[in-house]
Amino acid sequence: MAKNISFKLRYWKQNGPKDAGHFDEREMKDIPDDTSFLEMLDILNEQLVAEGQEPFVFDHDCREGICGMCSLYVNGTPHGKTERGATTCQLYMRRFKDGETITVEPWRSAAFPVIKDCMVDRSAFDKIQAAGGYISVRTGAPQDANAILIDKDSADEAMDCATCIGCGACVAACKNGSAMLFVSSKLSQFALLPQGRVEAAKRAKAMVSKMDELGFGNCTNTRACEAVCPKNETVLNIARLNREFIKAKLAD
Amino acid sequence: MWLTTSSVGRKVIMSVTGIALVLFLTFHACMNVVVLFSGDAYNMICEFLGSNWYAVAGTAVLVGLIALHFIYAAILTLQNLKARGNSRYAVVETPAKVEWASQNMFVLGLIVCLGLLLHLFNFWANMMGAEFYNGGMALVGEFEATDGAGLIQFTFGNPVYAVLYLVWLAALWFHLSHGFWSAIQTLGVNNKVWFNRWKLIGNVYVTLVMLMFAAVVVYFALGCKPICG
Repeated sequence: MAKNISFKLRYWKQNGPKDAGHFDEREMKDIPDDTSFLEMLDILNEQLVAEGQEPFVFDHDCREGICGMCSLYVNGTPHGKTERGATTCQLYMRRFKDGETITVEPWRSAAFPVIKDCMVDRSAFDKIQAAGGYISVRTGAPQDANAILIDKDSADEAMDCATCIGCGACVAACKNGSAMLFVSSKLSQFALLPQGRVEAAKRAKAMVSKMDELGFGNCTNTRACEAVCPKNETVLNIARLNREFIKAKLAD
Repeated sequence: MWLTTSSVGRKVIMSVTGIALVLFLTFHACMNVVVLFSGDAYNMICEFLGSNWYAVAGTAVLVGLIALHFIYAAILTLQNLKARGNSRYAVVETPAKVEWASQNMFVLGLIVCLGLLLHLFNFWANMMGAEFYNGGMALVGEFEATDGAGLIQFTFGNPVYAVLYLVWLAALWFHLSHGFWSAIQTLGVNNKVWFNRWKLIGNVYVTLVMLMFAAVVVYFALGCKPICG
């Protein structure tokens, strides 16, 4: 049975990247605990609009944990604290206690400037992906599935890496603002497969170079990223990226 | 040069210099343990390491390694602060699996540097000074400055120094407990199977080396003499 909870919501308001920003507060009354976190914010916005105020801006799209748009830092944890593997949209109000204060902040990182309130510009990730996170070999017409044999372990691992949705929680959690978990996952999804090996060296160099250029920090292996990743990517991907990059540079 | 211009390269510098320094510490710890058994044997090692060109060359390499490790730590830390941006989270909940040492490596490194300065003041300055000023006539307490074993007994006989050295070793232990594994991870020599193995190997290895150092401090702080004189 759902029960209702009331709590104090502190949410971040900021007009663009240059604005200092501040918290607004509101007492949220009788919210059913089977409401999703984003639905709760919809309720907030309905109230704000009804009062003639500007709604609170946040990113969201699919609301089923696969698009990577939602990006809220809830009570000190990217996507809020859940058992492992959930995005903000998969966070439900039953995780919170009646009378609690819930603090909602944007991803805070130099490479992710705030557009408005809790919506940040993550196009840096797109640029890294565009720098090398693809395959440019001509694959020709569809082949028989068994033409290139791939062992099950590699296929599974590549798929696990490919499930990274590029939400940016890793960067948000990292004290260094490092994007290594994202970059390494996007590199690994190709590096583990024979089709991806062809351009592996070039890809490693291009993606790392773009990542550095965009102002992400240096990885110090604190593992905060993997602890908050909604898709359970691991820092073993980072070891692979390091390996691929070092190998490529030594080969030069 | 990719080692200095790329983020991964700079981390490789930290990793390789770090591993080299761990190897140096291992050698240093082994040498120290000798003094528990024989002061004369220890002094022979000191003399062997004190008066020839390869010892000087070794010292120069060591200084270079420490300088590189320190300079790149500073560069990386500044870059990371910049990447973090100007705004800070109002609420932060550090995940349980994030080790404290891993987030405080620079501060721990600074403490290690302070300890190093104290160490140079206590030992290196006295012993090298004695050599430069010819003849080993300088006295530290009741011991001649070239008498390394005596100098150890004199220094750790002072409880203030003994405690300071133990604090230093504790900071070094925290630094290396993350540093060892992190160095391996940075070089990419890690996978699903070796993940926990490297963590365990690193922790056991670093703990052993630190215990060897601490044993010497505690032994002489308690006023004991070398077993074989």
